[in-house]
Amino acid sequence: MDGSVTLKKLAGRFAGSILETHSYRGDDTALVKKEEIVAVCTYLRDDEELLYNFMMDLTAVDYPGREPRFEVVYHLYSLPFNRRVRIKAGVSESECGIDSVVPVWIGANWFEREAYDMYGITFTGHPDLRRILLYEGFEGHPLRKDYPLKKRQPLIGPIN
Amino acid sequence: MAEQFLEPVVENVYTLNLGPQHPSTHGVLRVVLDLDGEFIVRTDPVIGYGHRGHEKMGENRLYKQFMPNTSRMDYLSGMLYNHGYVLAVEKLAGIEVPERAKYIRVICSELNRISSHLLWFGTYVMDLGGFTPFLYAFDDREQILDILDRVSGSRLTYSYCRFGGVCQDLDSVFIDMTRAFLKRLRSRWSDYENLVTKNIIFIHRTRDVGVISLEQARQFGVTGPNLRACGVAFDMRRAEPYEVYDRLDFEIPVGTKGDALDRYYVRMIEMEQSCRIIEQALDQLPGGAFLNPKVPDRLRPPKGDLYFGFESARGQTGYYIVSDGSTMPYRLHVRVPSFGNLHVLVEAFQGTLLADAISTMGSVDLVIPEIDR
Repeated sequence: MDGSVTLKKLAGRFAGSILETHSYRGDDTALVKKEEIVAVCTYLRDDEELLYNFMMDLTAVDYPGREPRFEVVYHLYSLPFNRRVRIKAGVSESECGIDSVVPVWIGANWFEREAYDMYGITFTGHPDLRRILLYEGFEGHPLRKDYPLKKRQPLIGPIN
Repeated sequence: MAEQFLEPVVENVYTLNLGPQHPSTHGVLRVVLDLDGEFIVRTDPVIGYGHRGHEKMGENRLYKQFMPNTSRMDYLSGMLYNHGYVLAVEKLAGIEVPERAKYIRVICSELNRISSHLLWFGTYVMDLGGFTPFLYAFDDREQILDILDRVSGSRLTYSYCRFGGVCQDLDSVFIDMTRAFLKRLRSRWSDYENLVTKNIIFIHRTRDVGVISLEQARQFGVTGPNLRACGVAFDMRRAEPYEVYDRLDFEIPVGTKGDALDRYYVRMIEMEQSCRIIEQALDQLPGGAFLNPKVPDRLRPPKGDLYFGFESARGQTGYYIVSDGSTMPYRLHVRVPSFGNLHVLVEAFQGTLLADAISTMGSVDLVIPEIDR
């Protein structure tokens, strides 16, 4: 896999928005400004030499005490070129929101719902942002580092 | 909540809860269907009934201690999940694996893949109303469970792999049992073909049913046999070969239309290809150590993150691990194939008959605990 092509092209096209790139253990990674996430993803999907038409995974990581606190992590795959790239975008705790990439890949819908469910990150422009694995009425977001491991949840009534 | 019950019912639309306790959902899955007559106009899968917080658990225990969790996510291909997890951690920590261990893992993984596909075959045909093939498939699957039980000590939740190898060596009895099983399974293909593949009722229930187009598969992140049924030969064993797959000769079956029948064909051929892989791996099986003894109990991978994707029975499973240099993963995320495979049904169900929806749902081979994690 010659994935560094991707990083070079990205750096050329979005010079001001790429904050950092590296290829640790062969995984090409680019940290982008969160305002540019939809533009970067659309570019990666549509560029003739990249064609990252497959969204493999979307998740988030919580770094309490760091600014920005959250990192949304996208794993993209290019079927025609058999390449993989990881895009990261920092999301601060005060805003706790990022633009949705559902317009780019419909499949992002459930992944973003999961990230919202587990971390409380809102995705602007998401068509149906609600909890997915947990239920309405669940208190807190369990994958945040400050959510206690053995926290009990209040008993709730039947939900529809 | 109460006011939701008082909303006026939309004319001609009937809401049906398929599940959470329905045999064709193969787990605790609820699908809210809006029906116009017998046609589906809206689908809303409700998941999370079996959410156990595996990812949170992973962040709070040693790397080694997460091993049993992996086979409990997808209990039908536990060996594959074990295998992928150790591969991810080995890559992150830079651990050497002896050649023999690589072959042993491949053999056990492919056996597990066959057992998962056999179970799918049996239950899928049962969803469509044929009970007999189910018994045949489970009879064959039982042999695999016995073989894997012999080396790992359990029938479903194996935890057989270790960082740097496997926990127990293969013996000659295992090899004889595996060879005998392969011979027996191959003698059964004609039975399966006559019972199911050529069965006109089966063909009518699957041909042109539940078509997933390539574009839909791409958009929703569908992987595995379901994607290959759309005509894309994408298999992680070939795309990013791990272990010894690059030394083994096997084909990647693909379909043309992406309907339920194509998905059936792809899985049936994959089982035969897995047999070929096992045969070659047994022939090439080198001697030597089966475990790297230098791996410490409390593993401390260097700081950094890594995504490792591998081909499980249902598609690409990926582990995304973030290490902060301590003995526990800082973040452990699992990308599960059934997530995308279920999500695509929201579109694939649109406008189909309810009876076809059951056939479609069976054909994509969902394992719900894997989605819920």
